[in-house]
Amino acid sequence: MGSHAKAPLVVIGAGQAGQQICDSLRRGGYDGHLMLLGDEASLPYQRPPLSKKFLTGTLEAERLLLRPASYYEQQKIDVHLNTRVVSIDRAQCRLRLESGESLAYSGLALATGTRIRPLNVPGASAADIHYVRSLADGERLAAALTTARRVAVIGGGFIGLEVAAIAREQGREVVLIESLDRLMARAVAPQVSAFYADLHRAHGVELLLNTGVSEIRTTGAEHVVVTSSGAAYTADLVVAGIGVLPNSELAEQAGLACNNGIVVDDCARTSDPLIVAAGDCTWHMNAYLKREFRLESVQNAVDQAKAAAASLLGQPAVYHQVPWFWSDQYDVKLQIAGIGMPHDSAVVRGDPAAKAFSVFCFRDGALVGVDSMNKPADHMAARKLLAQGTALSPAQAGDSTVDLMQVARGT
Amino acid sequence: MPKVTYRQQDGSEQTIDVPVGWSLMEAAIQNNVPGIVAECGGGCACATCHVYVVEPARLPPIADMEGDMLECTAAERQPNSRLSCQIKMSADMEGLVVLIPTRQT
Repeated sequence: MGSHAKAPLVVIGAGQAGQQICDSLRRGGYDGHLMLLGDEASLPYQRPPLSKKFLTGTLEAERLLLRPASYYEQQKIDVHLNTRVVSIDRAQCRLRLESGESLAYSGLALATGTRIRPLNVPGASAADIHYVRSLADGERLAAALTTARRVAVIGGGFIGLEVAAIAREQGREVVLIESLDRLMARAVAPQVSAFYADLHRAHGVELLLNTGVSEIRTTGAEHVVVTSSGAAYTADLVVAGIGVLPNSELAEQAGLACNNGIVVDDCARTSDPLIVAAGDCTWHMNAYLKREFRLESVQNAVDQAKAAAASLLGQPAVYHQVPWFWSDQYDVKLQIAGIGMPHDSAVVRGDPAAKAFSVFCFRDGALVGVDSMNKPADHMAARKLLAQGTALSPAQAGDSTVDLMQVARGT
Repeated sequence: MPKVTYRQQDGSEQTIDVPVGWSLMEAAIQNNVPGIVAECGGGCACATCHVYVVEPARLPPIADMEGDMLECTAAERQPNSRLSCQIKMSADMEGLVVLIPTRQT
């Protein structure tokens, strides 16, 4: 480390991954200067509730904090909020901040996350469209929902569907517009998409599939969303959830390899030996999946952050984890284990009509992913089966008398 | 505010004022109680906020979702196992004691 020995380890990005990197560095024995830089006003907080319970207004912002302020004092984590890094000088091992300040580092972790993909159609900028990414976004949307009468949701992925469910539960009229032919198409099996289409329609959502948005016309507080088929939907609140973009510009400008995210190896290392990266911003190798991915999830943020911290500590550990995800819509909890898309066959276990079933996805004869609706035991068994690579046949998966946890435990 | 005591495996304890309506998981996180991971933040989706409740009969019964997730805890499920994210604080829980398990993941 030579002349850099006294410079701090610096983590850029105060989200779930950034917080976990700091925590893992301290647990791993690093007792030197540790800095956490975040460009938002809040200490690291949970993002998932922002499109769920937080919108009901019954969950105060302080309850979203991943750790209280006292934690950062106790752990001697030097947190700088409202602080944006504008460039990385890798030759000098220095960061330049928006304030003009320059900061030395001995090791650097990038946990810069993602930002929303803006809706790019005529009239979008004048339509005061709501997105859900930050606490500020969540607070603004929660307030708007209290007075809205009719909500237009653009995008039938997790965010759009969760917002639609909350809006319906609050008695708002909701139209949801999805450009693809099914909901959550990237993430779940077609049987699951169909179940959620029925669920949302049963709760009174006007659901349009295969429908793009061509224009939004705004007059005063009223927006008219014009679809690709020429139909017009009036709303006083427009919410878009059409994906996110990785914040990889800092890394790109510093000459680090990037490809739909900051490229890291299976130990969360970038192309610079002093720099690691973790979370939604990375294009990474997961040894378990044996494929490169960019994942947007709490699980990936937490587990990859642990790998990133281990690499910074000089004790690299391979990131080898079964991905998992969850979503809450109405009274149905969706839990996803593994990556089921694409698959060549799928088996339903349980009863969709009872809102309690799972879809087991197979590729080349092997289980690759399981989507569970109100079936947490299936989900947890699936995570264990996938992690161990335990063979499970489609016939076993579809047979409710087979105890999956027993199969996983080999008993 | 009602108090809850979180006891570690080594016998050390923290007694915390828990606002009514908060979950025991939230109170643990916001007071730096070690050993509660709560990866999903209270969604009943991860089973990493497992506790053993000293007087389980004082609590409302275990719902189906919680019961299923309790089958999947890292430390052994015992009759008094609960997920602390699913225990909402009420005034009549004053003095409750919970034991943190050996592991959550």
